[in-house]
Amino acid sequence: MGEPFATWMRPDPDARPARWIVAGLDPLGTVFAGLLSLSLLALPLMITRPNRIAAGTSLMAWSALPAAAALAVLGIAGFAAALLALRVAPPARLAAGAVALLVLGLAAGGAADHLTPPGDRYSRVSPDAGWWLAFAVAGLAAGDGLARLRPGPGTRIATLAAVTVLAGLALHSGFWNNLSVMREYAGHADTFGREVRTHLGLALSSVAAAALVGIPAALLARPVPALRRTLLGILNILQTLPSMALFGMLIAPLAWIGRSVPGAAELGIAGIGPAPAFVALFAYALLPVAAATVAGLDAVPGPVRDAAAGVGMTSRQRLFQVELPLALPAMLTGLRIVLVQNIGLTVIAGLVGGGGLGVFVFQGISQNAGDLVLLGALPTVALASGSAVLLDAAIAVSRRRRGEQTQ
Amino acid sequence: MTADPMIELTGVSRVFGARTVVSDVSLTVEAGAILTIVGTSGSGKTTLLRMINRLVEPSAGTVRIAGRDIRDVPPHILRRGIGYAIQGHGLFPHRSVAENIAVVPRLLGWDRRRIAARVDALLDLFRLDPGVYRDRLPAALSGGEQQRIGVARALAAEPPVLLMDEPFGALDPIIRGQAQADLLAIQRRTGTTIVLVTHDMDEALRLGSRIAVMDRGRLVQEAAPAALIGAPATDFVGALLGRGDRAFQLMALRVVDDLIEPGPAPGEPIPAGISVRAALAESLWSQRPALPVSRDGVLLGRVTRAALEAQGARP
Repeated sequence: MGEPFATWMRPDPDARPARWIVAGLDPLGTVFAGLLSLSLLALPLMITRPNRIAAGTSLMAWSALPAAAALAVLGIAGFAAALLALRVAPPARLAAGAVALLVLGLAAGGAADHLTPPGDRYSRVSPDAGWWLAFAVAGLAAGDGLARLRPGPGTRIATLAAVTVLAGLALHSGFWNNLSVMREYAGHADTFGREVRTHLGLALSSVAAAALVGIPAALLARPVPALRRTLLGILNILQTLPSMALFGMLIAPLAWIGRSVPGAAELGIAGIGPAPAFVALFAYALLPVAAATVAGLDAVPGPVRDAAAGVGMTSRQRLFQVELPLALPAMLTGLRIVLVQNIGLTVIAGLVGGGGLGVFVFQGISQNAGDLVLLGALPTVALASGSAVLLDAAIAVSRRRRGEQTQ
Repeated sequence: MTADPMIELTGVSRVFGARTVVSDVSLTVEAGAILTIVGTSGSGKTTLLRMINRLVEPSAGTVRIAGRDIRDVPPHILRRGIGYAIQGHGLFPHRSVAENIAVVPRLLGWDRRRIAARVDALLDLFRLDPGVYRDRLPAALSGGEQQRIGVARALAAEPPVLLMDEPFGALDPIIRGQAQADLLAIQRRTGTTIVLVTHDMDEALRLGSRIAVMDRGRLVQEAAPAALIGAPATDFVGALLGRGDRAFQLMALRVVDDLIEPGPAPGEPIPAGISVRAALAESLWSQRPALPVSRDGVLLGRVTRAALEAQGARP
């Protein structure tokens, strides 16, 4: 980030009294404001379709909402945009972004109610390009405001919890029930919870297994140069295989194992289903975990290593009391990468019968029903973002213990 | 001084692949002595030091500490009984100052209260307020403070032997001088036998009661400081000493106390115990051919410039 941000990037309460606004425009905020205005004034807010797969009609904000509501949405969003463009303090930027998000959420629900004829079970109302762009920009603006506040790990987790609770309440209230994606949910409510659990189960168990295998493998291979090159080389090749190909490649051998090895079929090992999905996700998670462990241990300073040996620690004491604690932030960073990566990749498990949110995505694609795709994709994005926030907080805690800057 | 050997090296060599890094070194360090090992980089001085606590195993020869062959003791047990301080201090960045100092006592299984008392005593010894420094992380300390904590950690379990590898190498000259004075004061109090590796001949002369000079893996001379200055065994030792300064190096080692004679002298007295070099400098600076000497405010007599100058002559 450039100089203009310096005022807010490094808040120094002793040196400079906190000011809520200073003269001039905020460069990034101006871009946010421009995009927000553009998306709401020049792009359609909502799209309506007579049924699930028919072609739709795009509606601008003032056509999608009752006049008073449209005016209120545009007015509040305009005020938020103006605030973002000015050089206001981070809490005000966060508030502007959050208010814009809130208004967009209300607008989507309100428009769906407004545009759905009473008693109509077939027509569909969904957000259109303008809404999505405005939502993305408002989200970025709120995130930028939060980042400029330099939140500690506790604040980040609290923010995540607040957002989760708020979204949960909104979903539970039925306010969005006339939105197309919620209609899809209503149609799949019986399987949705199960698929979310399958999705999380696959992603978490594959990462846990990769940590259980990858970390000890890295510990054993790291001191021996030849072994270390071989390990990282093999994992690198695994990583370059396209995910679809890997899932496909696993079908034949796993089907064979399921048929030939006694007891394997009972464990759920088969050519399709959760087994190939788990194996592929595990394989993708291995390299980042092992590489992060190796990198973290390599980064332990030479004098610290020397001193640990010199004061009379056994090799086990050196590993557990000095080397692993110092490598921990790097290892957690590796875990964060694979967890976010695998939550996304697990979608593909839907293709090989592994279940998870990918089921909705691929059903949606085959039925040409975009809203069903969203029913799979949106929760996936939410889960990945949430786990990223949690692990970032854990990384910050592990770094803070070493007296490092947390950001 | 009792002449019990604390450390004995007999025919010690170390070969890394085809390279002989230390070649057939025999040395004895008496209990309570400070041996400084000086040499250029790559002379094998650090490897020699690391063979005393088995961080490097000798390819040939034996090392004995207090008469016992160190191969008879498991390395980690041996090292807990030997202090070890290195350049760049090697403090554990995730542990507080108190935890760093307490590492060896904790490995030795001292009880909590004894460890806490020892940590505070060491912080006091190094003039760091325990209340202020105990819970700080190393990253929150200055370079000089980190170095002091590094030495405090090495001394925590009151080891009879302390090994130091360029311990002051990363410090600026003023802090380094203070750290050297501290080390000498503490060593006088504890009687610890110290082996200290340095590439700086002035440091070696200042700290060492004996000096060992290493050149390409060989021990080329081992002598008391004055003997080394007076009779360097090889051109290499002479080059390390810097031949032009020999007289002044010698005068820096000696104190004025033996040169005091009765009689008057003008001006401000110099304190007994200062080096001949410093006294001569004062004599030249203030243009006094003789200086009064006092101890604790009591006039002892005088030293003449001629007597001071005579101390710079070849022994």
